[in-house]
Amino acid sequence: MRRGLGGAAAAVVLTSALAACGSDGGGTPTLTWYTNPDSGGQAEIAARCTEAAGGRYTIETAVLPREASQQREQLIRRLAANDSSIDIMSLDPPFIPEFAEAGFLAPVPEDVAERVTEDVVDSAIEGSTWDDELVAVPFWANTQLLWYRESVAEAAGLDMSEPVTWDEVVAAAQEQGVQVGVQGIRAEALTVWFNALIESAGGSIIQENSTDPSAIELGLTSEAGVRATEVMQMIATSGTAGPALSTANEDSTATAFEGPDGGFNVNYPFIYPRALAAVEDGTMDASVPEDYGWAIYPRVDEDTPAAPPYGGINLGVGAFSDNVDLAYEATECITSTENQAYYFVSNGNPASDTAVYDDPEVLEQFPMAPTIRDSLELAAPRPQTPYYSEVSGGIQRVYHPPSSVNPERTPEEATELINAVLRKEELL
Amino acid sequence: MSTTTLPPAEKTTPVSAPDGKASDRTRSERRLGWLLAGPALVVMLLVTAYPIAQAFYDSLFDFRLTDPDNRSFTGFSNYFVILTDWLWWRAILVTLFITAVTVAVELVLGFALALVMAKALSSIRPVLRAAILIPYAVITVVSAFAWQFAFDIQTGFINSWFGWIPGIGADTDWFGGTWSSLFVICLAEIWKTTPFISLLLLAGLAQVPEVLQEAAKVDGATWWQRMRKVTLPNMKAAIMVALLFRTLDAFRVFDSIFIMTGGANATESVSFLAYRQTISRLEIGLGSAVSVLLFLAVVLIAFSFIKGFKVDLSQTRGDS
Repeated sequence: MRRGLGGAAAAVVLTSALAACGSDGGGTPTLTWYTNPDSGGQAEIAARCTEAAGGRYTIETAVLPREASQQREQLIRRLAANDSSIDIMSLDPPFIPEFAEAGFLAPVPEDVAERVTEDVVDSAIEGSTWDDELVAVPFWANTQLLWYRESVAEAAGLDMSEPVTWDEVVAAAQEQGVQVGVQGIRAEALTVWFNALIESAGGSIIQENSTDPSAIELGLTSEAGVRATEVMQMIATSGTAGPALSTANEDSTATAFEGPDGGFNVNYPFIYPRALAAVEDGTMDASVPEDYGWAIYPRVDEDTPAAPPYGGINLGVGAFSDNVDLAYEATECITSTENQAYYFVSNGNPASDTAVYDDPEVLEQFPMAPTIRDSLELAAPRPQTPYYSEVSGGIQRVYHPPSSVNPERTPEEATELINAVLRKEELL
Repeated sequence: MSTTTLPPAEKTTPVSAPDGKASDRTRSERRLGWLLAGPALVVMLLVTAYPIAQAFYDSLFDFRLTDPDNRSFTGFSNYFVILTDWLWWRAILVTLFITAVTVAVELVLGFALALVMAKALSSIRPVLRAAILIPYAVITVVSAFAWQFAFDIQTGFINSWFGWIPGIGADTDWFGGTWSSLFVICLAEIWKTTPFISLLLLAGLAQVPEVLQEAAKVDGATWWQRMRKVTLPNMKAAIMVALLFRTLDAFRVFDSIFIMTGGANATESVSFLAYRQTISRLEIGLGSAVSVLLFLAVVLIAFSFIKGFKVDLSQTRGDS
């Protein structure tokens, strides 16, 4: 019965699909690119590459949900059902190992791999690599900077041309009665923050055996893990993180930074074009973005360099796509230096291609571009493992709300929980 | 004064019922009945029984969606993991709390609205009904976002409007604590589904025979006495249906929690737990086991309602 029904349904779909092909006439393969939501930049790049292809392929975009974790969920559900409509997908780097391990990504041809990693920042190549092989194409590479109000830093006597520590930032904010914006919401942003803290302290969330769930060795209880927890606790209880720390995400901290209490904010570069756009719309005074300053992410300890968060998007080609070769050709067009520069300028998303940072237009619109490039060189990716969502989910559960963390017990609690979850002995 | 209700319709046995073996006509009628009801039965089995059976089957395996090769039969171990985890029991408590609070408030509020609608002039009744129904027409996710934005510490207006109430100030972070989060979640649910319960109760009110009301009035019964002895007993079935539907609905609460807190501050419901295991963790076995337990809880609620209210639903539909 079910087969009969399925057959009938398939016939209907097939007939309509054939009808659609018939009306198309040309027989040009259409590549579907699943994109994360942005300000229309990826759709524009798709149109540009379609034109550049000269009729060999057409790229259509389909927009995924807003949250990175939900983007992953939707793509995996489709890929687990061998969905051949997924030709290209915009992937958040920490989920790439899981996709690669499950066989959802078509292998990157050697010549393509060579070309797409030329002049690309190391963190973006690392984020696209799994098991010593390039499995995705680096597209844009994001990183967080320490944004500050120049007037506040000056009044507090903080020399921002030199690396600063979290202690110094918090002390300056306390002195000036302003906020330090950090992302304390129970979401991926919290893991991003914690990962930057532990990496800056010289440790890692996962120390060893990232592929075997029963043998993964976590570094949360290490000296660096405890130090990271201390810093989180210090910031959360300092009274400078704002009253809504436990629900603060990138957007809300950017909003707070724009307000009268804005002092410091660790955030992605999007906050700069966002402020300029607000000035253009007349909703913000021009003096606000003029007062914006930027520096490398704060250090945990004075003598250890910071390890800022690394994010961004890399492109994966679906293993079940009917047009793998064309899809890889399209990814090369999408990630070309010109398109990355366009994307940076129009959408505020920094390039992984280092050549873009020399583009005069980019430098004019983003005076902080050199700082972004330096930050990307220092940036540390989140732990690479096919079980990333369990690790991240466990951290989010135990380290939230940030005001409740305690260096004496939180690292241990989180280690126990994540290990039990990975052994499938506990719920998450 | 005793409770006044109409006696149930007496069941009569057809005098022409044949004894012993069914006649050809009866058999062909029965066959026709099956032919007519058959397709509906098949559809029902496909859309309800099949997924439940599949979920139960999946719950017996250790099965990760991204690792189908390592799927293995583990019997009831998934159920053991769930039932020995505090997270499950906490989710049950949170769900029961939301269910109890929202259903209780909605019943009172919904009944008041139903009374207003029943008494309203017939000319404004359709307008009133439509106005009351608006929240129910709003998609739950949209209403959840609306309430979240209203209570948001930065963009919301609640803190500035109600700043005069002790305990509420510009710094009140509604989604920063368990009880305040649950309060907003319950409020959103109540706003959204009270119209549903009030419509069901309005239908129940319309079923109360006017003749009984008038008889009670002649006997000198007060409004409150008529309500307790005439109106409420005669709408028992409608109240039960309204309560049952809303309880089942409330027990599956998901959207509001997903949007407002994402499960933070111990606000996870049972549905949320199922979502996290199945969709986020991709542990199909474990997630299916949570879903099966959720299904059993829903069956238990439905069963206890029908037994507890002692209402024969077939009679209320007139199938005597």
